[in-house]
Amino acid sequence: MACAFARARVNVLTTALALALWAGAGIWSPRVALAQAAPEVGGPFELIDQHGRPFSSAALAGHPYAIFFGFTNCPDICPTTLLEMSSHLGKLGSDGDRLKVVFVTVDPERDAPEQLRAYLSSFDPRIIGLTGSPEQVAATAKAWKAFHDKIPEDGGGYTIVHSAYVYLMDADNRCVGTMGFQDAEADQLEKLRGLLAGGRGKSK
Amino acid sequence: MASIPTGARTRPYWLQTIAAVLLSIIAAWALSSDGYAQSPMAPRSYKVGAIVIEAPWTRATPGGAQVAGGYLKITNTGQDADRLIGGSLPMASAVEVHEMSMTDGIMKMRKLPKGLEIKPGQTVELKPGGYHLMFMGLRGGLKEGQTIKGTLVFEKAGSVEVEYQVAAIGAKSSGHKMH
Repeated sequence: MACAFARARVNVLTTALALALWAGAGIWSPRVALAQAAPEVGGPFELIDQHGRPFSSAALAGHPYAIFFGFTNCPDICPTTLLEMSSHLGKLGSDGDRLKVVFVTVDPERDAPEQLRAYLSSFDPRIIGLTGSPEQVAATAKAWKAFHDKIPEDGGGYTIVHSAYVYLMDADNRCVGTMGFQDAEADQLEKLRGLLAGGRGKSK
Repeated sequence: MASIPTGARTRPYWLQTIAAVLLSIIAAWALSSDGYAQSPMAPRSYKVGAIVIEAPWTRATPGGAQVAGGYLKITNTGQDADRLIGGSLPMASAVEVHEMSMTDGIMKMRKLPKGLEIKPGQTVELKPGGYHLMFMGLRGGLKEGQTIKGTLVFEKAGSVEVEYQVAAIGAKSSGHKMH
């Protein structure tokens, strides 16, 4: 009889301990719940920045970052997103230095580094512009499952249809959520502050 | 009670005259709507046939960008439907009418081959994220604060000359209130 009780007590204690650990894990890293709602995207990449220098995803290790895809002949989404990100960087103050903002062109044929540099000169200088070979760019967009497609236009040119999402990546290179240029400014800032608070990012 | 002697004034007459002249000049300048830099508080209206066009505007282009969107409000005050089928801009190689639609985070932009219909009595707004004019092949870019002359072409009403106010890069609206 005493043995049975003892065993029951051990079982109860073990279960209680297991539950406590499981609950504790939930309390200590609420990011887990967020990450489950966020798309599982991201991956290593090798591209070229707007100064023509090789840029590896390793350079982003340990930094929270926002990454989005577009092209310089984009009439609406890209200028608006870049302007909003510039505004956010300003409003985040010194925290803005911890956040990396990365704009990847999905039109590498037209968006050479010089083109990116001229384009980005209209926005916050901290924004990183990336291009590369069509294969490198396609592989990077694929890692983020970012849709992009070339649409021919009258007169022989083309435009690009592309995902409008800004992917929010934490310091451990996990996607914690997305936002878009049509979200209210306050919502975007809240998401960015959450991203900066949640990560264990290095300061610049 | 002592009266003020005739002929004496409390302030010199010439000062009043100068003040009146200055005020007239300031009033005339404030009320004038052409010539000088456009007042942002004076949106422009145009009429061609039964079509009324309000406050055409566009946005400054980032460095090197060769496209920009044209935005405006169109009202058809007539009995028959009409279509905005295109236009022209001196620094653009083409002006087309486009629509945008968002599905699953992907923004799709599409030229409207037949243009944009405005039914009788309807008002259609071309704005960022929705219907817009596409200025293509831009030479030299657009700068905030500029006023750019262009034309709009309607299937029935015909052609009309308009002026676009250039707002800031990425602006969500032209910055002034519509009537």
